[in-house]
Amino acid sequence: MASVTDSQGGSFRLSMLLYDSRYRSATIQIVALIGFLLLIGWLVNNTVQNLAELGKTVGFGFLGDRAGYDINQRLLEYSSADSHLRAALLGLLNTLLIAVMGCIAATIVGVVVGILRLSNNWLVARIMTVYVEMFRNVPVLLWIVLSMAILIETLPAPSAFRGDTPSASMLFGDNVALTNRGIYVPEPLFGKVDEEGVHTSWRHGIGDLHFFGDASLRFDLSLDLVAILATLIAGLMVSGLIKRRADRVQAATGLRPVTWYWRTGVIVVPVIVLLWVLGLHFGKPELRGFNFQGGTHLRNSFIALWLALSLYTAAFVAEIVRGGILAISSGQTEAAAALGLRPRRIMSLVVLPQALRVIIPPLISQYLNLTKNSSLAIAVGYMDLTGTLMGITLNQTGRELETVLLTMLIYLLISLAISGAMNVYNNSVKLKER
Amino acid sequence: MSDLSYVRTELLPEQDPPLSEVGVIGWLRANLFSGWFNSILTFVSLVLIYLLLAAILPWLWSPTWNAGSLAECREIIAELGKEHGGACYGVIRERWPQLLFGFYPDAERWRPIVTLIGLFVALAPVLFTDLFPRKMLWFSGAFLFAAPWLMWGGSIWTPVLVAAGLVIGAGAYRLLVPRVGNLAAVIAAVVAPLLWWFLFVGPVSSVLAPVIPLGLEVVESRLFGGFMLSVWIGVVSIAISLVLGVLLALGRQSDLLIVKYLSVGFIEFIRGVPLITLLFVASTLLNIFLPPGTNFDIILRVMIMATLFASAYIAEVIRGGLAALPRGQYEAADALGLDYWKAQRLIILPQALKISIPGIVSTFIGLFKDTTLVSIIGLLDPIGLTGSIRADANWNGIVWELYGFIALLFFLSCFAMSRYSMWLERKLRTDHK
Amino acid sequence: MQCTFSDGLIKKIERLDGFGTEICRISLGLKNQCETGFFLTPRVEFAQTIRMEGGPRSSYRYRQGSRIITPETGDIQEEVIMKKSVILGALTVAGVMAGAAQAATLDDVKARGSLKCGSNSGLTGFAAPNANGEWEGFDVAVCRAVAAAVLGDPQAAEFVPTTPKTRFTALASGEVDMLVRNTTWTLTRDVDLKFTFTGVNYYDGQGFMVPKALGVSSAKELDGATVCIQTGTTTELNLADYFRTNNMNYEPVPIETNAEAQQQYLAGACDVYTTDASGLAATRASFEAPSDHVILPEIISKEPLGPLVRHGDDEWGDIVRWTLNALVAAEEFGITSTNIEELAKGTDNPEINRILGTEGNMGELLGLDAEWAKRAIMAGGNYGEIFEKNIGESTPIGLARGLNAQWKDGGLQYAPPFR
Repeated sequence: MASVTDSQGGSFRLSMLLYDSRYRSATIQIVALIGFLLLIGWLVNNTVQNLAELGKTVGFGFLGDRAGYDINQRLLEYSSADSHLRAALLGLLNTLLIAVMGCIAATIVGVVVGILRLSNNWLVARIMTVYVEMFRNVPVLLWIVLSMAILIETLPAPSAFRGDTPSASMLFGDNVALTNRGIYVPEPLFGKVDEEGVHTSWRHGIGDLHFFGDASLRFDLSLDLVAILATLIAGLMVSGLIKRRADRVQAATGLRPVTWYWRTGVIVVPVIVLLWVLGLHFGKPELRGFNFQGGTHLRNSFIALWLALSLYTAAFVAEIVRGGILAISSGQTEAAAALGLRPRRIMSLVVLPQALRVIIPPLISQYLNLTKNSSLAIAVGYMDLTGTLMGITLNQTGRELETVLLTMLIYLLISLAISGAMNVYNNSVKLKER
Repeated sequence: MSDLSYVRTELLPEQDPPLSEVGVIGWLRANLFSGWFNSILTFVSLVLIYLLLAAILPWLWSPTWNAGSLAECREIIAELGKEHGGACYGVIRERWPQLLFGFYPDAERWRPIVTLIGLFVALAPVLFTDLFPRKMLWFSGAFLFAAPWLMWGGSIWTPVLVAAGLVIGAGAYRLLVPRVGNLAAVIAAVVAPLLWWFLFVGPVSSVLAPVIPLGLEVVESRLFGGFMLSVWIGVVSIAISLVLGVLLALGRQSDLLIVKYLSVGFIEFIRGVPLITLLFVASTLLNIFLPPGTNFDIILRVMIMATLFASAYIAEVIRGGLAALPRGQYEAADALGLDYWKAQRLIILPQALKISIPGIVSTFIGLFKDTTLVSIIGLLDPIGLTGSIRADANWNGIVWELYGFIALLFFLSCFAMSRYSMWLERKLRTDHK
Repeated sequence: MQCTFSDGLIKKIERLDGFGTEICRISLGLKNQCETGFFLTPRVEFAQTIRMEGGPRSSYRYRQGSRIITPETGDIQEEVIMKKSVILGALTVAGVMAGAAQAATLDDVKARGSLKCGSNSGLTGFAAPNANGEWEGFDVAVCRAVAAAVLGDPQAAEFVPTTPKTRFTALASGEVDMLVRNTTWTLTRDVDLKFTFTGVNYYDGQGFMVPKALGVSSAKELDGATVCIQTGTTTELNLADYFRTNNMNYEPVPIETNAEAQQQYLAGACDVYTTDASGLAATRASFEAPSDHVILPEIISKEPLGPLVRHGDDEWGDIVRWTLNALVAAEEFGITSTNIEELAKGTDNPEINRILGTEGNMGELLGLDAEWAKRAIMAGGNYGEIFEKNIGESTPIGLARGLNAQWKDGGLQYAPPFR
């Protein structure tokens, strides 16, 4: 056989590079590496030549130029006078927002649908099957476009809320407005310092901390939010201490003291007190001029994208959850039933924890898919990274090479971060084998 | 004590089960109203279904098949006195050939149809291994060369001579193995077809073409569009990416560190970026990366990027197949003294590929759906065509009919494929248990 | 070389001489058109030079599958030279074409036998495919005129649909020979992106459309409005600047295509739709009740829309520029598609004669034949006819000439002299 060689000593011959198994793998690898480097060199050489012919240069200086366009959904303060870099940053934040919200919604809907597909109720199980098949077998781009069309066509325009006999009205005691420009919900506000610097009440917010002056990456950190988070974390830690004490008591005496009200109390009460001190109140949306003003505006493009992405991904998640549950052998369920557990407790205590191990790895790749699919935002005009950096910025500056490669790099980093974080979690829930 | 016997000596007559446990009522009780929670669920579901159907059905029923413009549709619907409007099917009647075939010439439309039928025939022996004879695989092989010829046209000699290159390669290998050894024969088998393709196919076909002038009218790829474009991009990309995918999967499993990391790097890079960025590379950057003067048309560039995209996913599917093979298969191949490529070719890959088929089909469904993204870079796939059709003054303002028609087309084809994939998965599972 | 053909469209072809270059004498069977498809291998880049005996010497090069249109009727003996490129081999099967993007575009176009125009993938009145897949519209007609001037056949124009984002790359990379896609002439596009604008086929400006029910009569009253806007164009920059300078707030709703913008606007998802005034008029015309909407008087920008070509090929730029000028001049001098045959026989007006090639050597100077402008005008009529047919007042779009009237009528369309 060709691969079996007698590796006796003797002088080195050139043919040994190929026929001697000691050198062969090294030879192949070096050839592969050289081939790869040649390929890269070839591509770079072509690019340099082509760019020279087009009279273009490569550089990222354009990121500092004035962007000149507006972005409707701004998680940070931005105006058209800001730089392309800041526009890209806002796009990135919008991408991350839709990815996180989408993953959460997809998980919730997917788990519910996956469990309902196994329901005893014939009708519900069928409806869920129809839902899953409908969403899985039609392109997500079509769903995004369709959900946008549905939102636009079915919800009333703000003008319908106007006049003496409006054809539409706000929901929940004039707190929420569903319009075809988006949904307006009340916005949590903290007590403000008035114009003379005097506090109208002793209850007021702490204010913001500004970072990075005028740079493109500047941002404000709300100290109110930091305070709330800190209180929440402290409460959680105290609650953990109480739990551990209860565990110790149970271990020693066999009786578990009832602590749930303590544990909830130390989390909730300080937060509520803090919110009161900060002067929490809600800004209601009101119809003023052309639009509703005040409140938080969830734009149509965001909702359509969110709905379509999460429902589409949820159909896949549902299948994963169903598969995970079915993968748990029926012996487990029967054993749990024999212990006298009720069906719901069998599900939550026995089946789901085991199913999670089967579910998590494919779930990660669905999260990745959702994040990547969020780049279809441009179809509905949601200004995410593809809409800003690889969209308007590309078009205004004509820097296709830089913008497209930068966009790819950012998405790659996001993907690697998600799969990295999820792998860590995956390892922690993995069955510890002996 | 015998008079106090409680033992019945004869059977009671059999009674029918209670009426509430059999028939329709029994079924209803068991499946829809078994407890208050289920009853509420059932009731809510029924209301939802009713609301949905009440909204959609009256709209669907609309005799507007012959309308020539949206305005005519509106007239017809107004005459009927429908409150909530109705569908305007005239646009589908007028534009369905365009939605299916794009701008492919009228007279040549039999070609994509024949190609599609041929595709089914060619796939049959691969997908339904026990129903069709293995000899049909020869047809599948021939189809690989016939399909591009059918779609793009040109002389028949080109695909024939390109295919002949493979025969030359195989012949060179067979002829040289006994004389110069395996490695040199492999090199010869790679070099000979390349020489043939680049140096001889041209002259030979130009000699043959006038002698036996068989050919089809050339159809440029810019004329491809509509649903046909989606299918064609999907099929070509998956077909080529199968080869690349196998190589990448083997590379990723390889012991050779550099080869392994190159494969992993490629796969993770492609899987880590959205397809739309790759399509932007196709539309804006690929021409910059290639030698000056090269100018592929956009559909080919999209196919190149879609192939790279699909090959990373296929590689992962096949890697799953490789990992699922019992370790004993690898060890048995080694024990037989087979070298790496022989072991892969004869033992490992045939089995690994077989269990990968459901995954490959799923990847194809995914890619097929993702081909709609090409509308974002301006290609006229079904979704891209909706924009063009709505730019026609006659159909300005139409929305649901087009989206509905496209969704239906995609649903039917993807649903059929996913059912097949599930059927195969079930079949394979019993094979291996 | 036996040059026999299967279906008798081209009757006879015989080899005359040459190695690698085969000269064949073919006689065209059909009177006007014949298909050259169905015979050659795709690998052969089928380049023909057809020399007319008697008539004007013109050279055309065709790719297979294209049509030969003989300028005159009757059986003509023609010499055909076929060049073969061998090396590309199997790649060409897939329609790969090699041709340096920077080389003379005119030669490429002739060699290819078709003119590639970057077009809008769908804009009512300007560019859209009809039910038969033929492209129609105002921008399309300009491209067809250039194809007629250069290749003798308006149908030899191929349309590559582009988006606002992909259009410049398509032109820069040589994927299209010219771009006629309602593109605004700006300094950066000219200088930084390195394109040459060869004229203005439509003078436009950005305007606003609002529903009448809103009771708005000026764009200055739009503070706080939601504005639908097409992304990837100069309009969004103009809009940002306008609202900024007038110290007003607005909520932009970016949208990819005109059709979607229209849908959102009609449903009331935005108060205002802003785009080029021509687009607004076209959109408004397609509404169920156009009179319920008003186009506000403010035009906030100048949008000269015109065809553009790559920097660095001035000869090609000249051809596109002067074809457009010929269309405009034809209207000025009253040359229409109906009377052009008559005028081509010679008139008293030397400028008409120079345009139509009966006097002077304008075509030769451009690298074309004498009748280039005549063919361009015959393709779709003069500028006025094209305007009326596609977007004028007789069409549903109903645009008035306005700025695009001839300079004599108070407009801006002004063709430099043909001299």
